[in-house]
Amino acid sequence: MAEENVIIGLEVHCQLDTKSKLFCGCSTDYRDDGPNTHVCPVCLGLPGSMPVINKRAIEYAMKVAKAMNCAIVNEAEFSRKNYFYPDLDKAYQITQYDKPLAEGGHLIIEGEEGGERKIRLTRIHVEEDPGRLVHMGNAERGRYSLVDYNRAGIPLIEIVSEPDMRSPKEARRFLNKLRATLEYLSVFDSEKEGSLRVDANISIKGSERVEVKNITSYNGVEKALTFEIARQKSLIRRGQKVARETRHFLEAQGSTQAARSKEQEHDYRYFPEPDLCPMHVADWVLGITLPELPDARRERFIAQYGCSVNHARTLTGELKLANFFEAVVAQDPKALSPLAATWIADTLIGELNYRNMALDPVDPSAFSELLYLIMNGTITDKNGIEVLRVMLDQRMKKEATESPKAIVTRLNLAMSKSDSGALTSAITAALDENPKAIEDYRSGKAGAANFLVGQVMKKTRGKSDPAEINRLISEALSKKEA
Amino acid sequence: MGGELCFSPDDRYNAFLRVCERAPHGDGKLSGTAVAIKDNISTKGIETTCASKILKGYLPPYDAHVVGLLKNAGAAIVGKTNMDEFGMGTTTENSAFGPTLNPRDTGRVPGGSSGGSAAAIAAGMVRMALGTDTGGSIRCPAAFCGIVGLKPTYGRVSRYGLIAYANSLEQIGPMGRNVNDVSALMQVIAGYDRRDSTSVDRPYHHTPNPEIKGLKIGVPEEYFGPGVDKDVAHTVRTAINRLEELGATTHPCSIPSMKYALAAYYVTCTSEASSNLARFDGVRYGPAADTKKTWHEAYQEVRKSGFGPEVRRRIMLGTFALSSGYYGKYYAKAQVARQNVQEDFARIFRDVDVIVGPTMPTIAFKLQEKTDPLSMYLSDILTVPVNLAGIPAISVPCCGRVHNMPVGLQIMGRPFDDERVIDVAYAYEQAVA
Amino acid sequence: MITEQDVRHIGELADIGIQERELGEFTHQFNAILEYFDLLDMVEGEGTVRHELTNVMRDDIVEPSLSQDEVLKNASGSEDGFIRAPRVM
Repeated sequence: MAEENVIIGLEVHCQLDTKSKLFCGCSTDYRDDGPNTHVCPVCLGLPGSMPVINKRAIEYAMKVAKAMNCAIVNEAEFSRKNYFYPDLDKAYQITQYDKPLAEGGHLIIEGEEGGERKIRLTRIHVEEDPGRLVHMGNAERGRYSLVDYNRAGIPLIEIVSEPDMRSPKEARRFLNKLRATLEYLSVFDSEKEGSLRVDANISIKGSERVEVKNITSYNGVEKALTFEIARQKSLIRRGQKVARETRHFLEAQGSTQAARSKEQEHDYRYFPEPDLCPMHVADWVLGITLPELPDARRERFIAQYGCSVNHARTLTGELKLANFFEAVVAQDPKALSPLAATWIADTLIGELNYRNMALDPVDPSAFSELLYLIMNGTITDKNGIEVLRVMLDQRMKKEATESPKAIVTRLNLAMSKSDSGALTSAITAALDENPKAIEDYRSGKAGAANFLVGQVMKKTRGKSDPAEINRLISEALSKKEA
Repeated sequence: MGGELCFSPDDRYNAFLRVCERAPHGDGKLSGTAVAIKDNISTKGIETTCASKILKGYLPPYDAHVVGLLKNAGAAIVGKTNMDEFGMGTTTENSAFGPTLNPRDTGRVPGGSSGGSAAAIAAGMVRMALGTDTGGSIRCPAAFCGIVGLKPTYGRVSRYGLIAYANSLEQIGPMGRNVNDVSALMQVIAGYDRRDSTSVDRPYHHTPNPEIKGLKIGVPEEYFGPGVDKDVAHTVRTAINRLEELGATTHPCSIPSMKYALAAYYVTCTSEASSNLARFDGVRYGPAADTKKTWHEAYQEVRKSGFGPEVRRRIMLGTFALSSGYYGKYYAKAQVARQNVQEDFARIFRDVDVIVGPTMPTIAFKLQEKTDPLSMYLSDILTVPVNLAGIPAISVPCCGRVHNMPVGLQIMGRPFDDERVIDVAYAYEQAVA
Repeated sequence: MITEQDVRHIGELADIGIQERELGEFTHQFNAILEYFDLLDMVEGEGTVRHELTNVMRDDIVEPSLSQDEVLKNASGSEDGFIRAPRVM
C-alpha cells in the first residue's frame, strides 16, 4: 500500500546485450564457460592496456534515453571511480560521473488503484561491470577469495530514479516496466542470470536515508524494501534514530544487514578518464527510431485484439509473451484472440510458473492448435488443461513432443458427443448412487448441481461438456419428479 | 634477412635490467639493428618491471604496439633498460635495481627517467633505444649523456603497452646517437593504433633536411632566467648563434604560464599516477599478496614493500590532490593551467616556427646530489611545459661542454611538426659535426 | 599546513602503508611540495580542457581473448581456473 511518507528511489544496473565488452573485444557470452576464459589485457587490467569504447553500447544507451524521454547531454565523458577491491582489476571502475549520457526523463507505471503514476528519472549513464568474487574457506582452514574476471568489462547501463516511489509494490512495478521497456528496445536480455542489479534508497519522511545495495532479483527488491520499511518504522516507533548507512540484502533470510564501516565512507576521487575522449552524441538521438514500446503495444492489443485492460497489461508486460500471443492468433485473430488472451495470460503463465519453466520451448503453432481443439468442441476446457500440461512436461523434460491432436487421441480425451448412450447411463448411474445429492438439488442447496455434474464427469472421464450434463440432469430430475 | 643477434655487452653502467643474449630479428627497415627498450614498455615473454619490485617476475602476455612495429621492421630487441621506478624521477637513482651511471662521468647521473636507454647509447652498446617522456624523461637523459632524444607530439606514437604513469602527458619516443638514427626509429614507431583511443593518424615518413634558411626561432626569456646555470645558458646561446649563421632568425618571446607550469605538471602526473598504480595488488601479477591476511592488510603490505619512497610519495600527493574537497584547488586548476600553457605556445608559434632553449637548467648532477624531492622536481622546469602542451621537442647535444659534461639544446615545435623539429636538430648537428 | 595525522589519513585513503619512521620526513616534504602547488592559486578562470579528438569508438566485434593459462600465468595463486586473492572480510 502506497504511503506518502515512504520515500523510495532506485538505481538499476542492467547489462547491455552487446556482443563484445564495453572497452575491449572479449565476448560477452561467458556464462557457460570456465572462469577467466573471456579475458584480455584490457579487461584483466594488465599494465599498459587501454580501453576503447564500444559504439553499440552507447547506441543502446541512447535508445534507452530516448524511450524514457531523457535529455541527452552535449558533451558526455567517462570518469574513473577509484577504490580497491579484488574484483576491480584496475582498482578503478570506468564509469560516468559529472557528465553522464542523459539526464531527466521518466517512466509511466500503473498506479495503486489503476490509473497512472509518473516516476521521474535523474540520469542514465554507462559503466563497466567488475569481475565476480567467490568467498571460500572457513575459519579453520583460513578464508580467501577466488576471482573470475569474465564479467569484468561487461557494459552496464545505470538508470537512476528520483525518490518518487511510495511502496515496495510500486518499486516492483517500476522495475517490471523498466525491464519490459529494455526488452522491447532489444538492448537487454532479462533471462541472463545476474543481468540486473538494484540498489535501493529508502527513508521514512523525517528520518535518515538508508541505502540497500546489490539486490539481484525482482522479488528481492520487494522483500528488501518491505523489510527495510518495517525495520525503520519499528525504530521510529520505539523513539530510536534510523542511522544513515549502507546495508546489504540477505536474499536467503529476506532481511537487510548493515555493511562494515569501511564500506560506508568512500572518497572515490573521480576524475575524467585520460585514456578516453569525450562523446558528443546528442545528435545520435535524431537518427534513432524507437520500436513499439510496452504502453503502445498494450493499447494496440486492446484496440486490435479486443483484449481486456488486465489481459493486455499482462500480455505486453514481457516482450516474449507479447510476441507469443501475436504469433498464436496470427492465422485468425478475430476468432482466436478472446480464447488466446485468457489461455495465455491466465492459464499458460500459471503452468509455466509452476514448472519454473521459460516460454521459449512452447511453439505458438502447437498452442494455436490446442486452442482450435477447444474452440471447435473437440475437447473440454478441463481436458484442454490436461493436454497443455502434457505438452509442457514433454518440452521441459526435452522428450519427443506430440501434437495436441496426438495427445488427445493417445489419452482418449475427446469429448464424446456422439456417444450419448454412455452419457445417459452415466447420468442415470450418478443419480442412482447419490440420492442425498438429489434431495439437496431439489431443495436448492448450493453446490449440489456441481457435485452431480462432477460425478458424471468422473464417469465419462471428463469427455463430456459440463453444460450439457447440467441440462440433462435437470431434464432427468424433472422427469423423475413428474 | 632474418637471424639472431648475439648481444653480451660490457654493461658497467648498469644500463640494462636484462639482456637478450641471442636476440632474434627479421627483415625490414631496421633489419638486424639492436634496439634497447625501456623497461616500462611491455615485451611479450620478457620480464617487464618498470624498475620496481612490485613487478618483479611479471611476464607480459602481449607486446606493446611499438614493440610489434619494431619486430615487423626486423629490429633485434636486445634488452630492457633501467629507469626511475615507474618513470618517477630525473636521475634513474629511483630504480629498485640500482642506479645507472653516466658513461661520460660515472660519478654523475645519466638523467632520468630513461637513463638506462641513454647510457646504453652513450656507451656505444646500442645505436638506438626507446624511451618515454612524461615531463622530460627522454630529453633530460639525452642532454645529460650527450645523445639525441625526441619526445613526439602527443598521440603520434601509440601508448598501448606502455605501463602508464601519467596518461595525458606521456609519449614513447626514439633515442639514438644522432638525428638520423632517431628519425629512422621514429619512422618505425609512429602511426595510428586503434587500440589507443588517444592515437592520432599521423605517420612519420621523413628524411632529415638540414636546410633552415628563413627559419624563425623563438627564444623564451624564461629559459635563460635565474634558475638556469650561467655556463649552460651560454653554451646554448652559442648553439643558437650557430643556427643563425645557417640562416635562421631569432625572436625573443615569453611564456608567462611557466610560473605555474611545473606545479600543474606535478599535480596532474601524481594524480593520474595515484590511480594508475593502484592496480598493483599482488593478485594478478607481481609478488604474491599474502592470502592469509585480509584484503586491505595484504594490499597495504604489498604496496609498502613493493614501491620505493618516491613512488609512494607521489601516490600520496596524487591521492591528496584528487581527494574530496581538494579536486577543485589542485587537479581542476591544473587543467586550466595546462590550457594556458597550450595557448601561450600557440600564440608564440603564430610568429615563429620553433622555440629553442636549454633542455636542462644544469649539467648532470653528481650521484646522490639531489636528495630533496622538491629540488629534484624543480630541475624539470624547462621540459614539462612541452608535455603540458603536447607539442614535439628534441634534445640534441651542443657543441660546447660545461665541466666536460654534455649540454642539451632543446628544440620545440608546433603540434605535429615533429619533422621540422628533427630538421632543425639535424641542421645544427651537421653544422657542428 | 598538513599534519602527521593528515599524512597518516592520506596513507589510509591511498592504502599505501606508510611506515611510522617515515612519517616525520614525509610530512615535512609533503608540506614543502604542497606549498609549491599553491602557485596554482594564481591561475584564473574555470575553463575546461579542449579535446582534439572526440567520439573515438570501436565496432561491436568479438576478438580473441587470452587463454585461461595466459591469464593465470602471472597470478600468484589460482584454483580451478579462478585467481586467488586475500579474503575481503
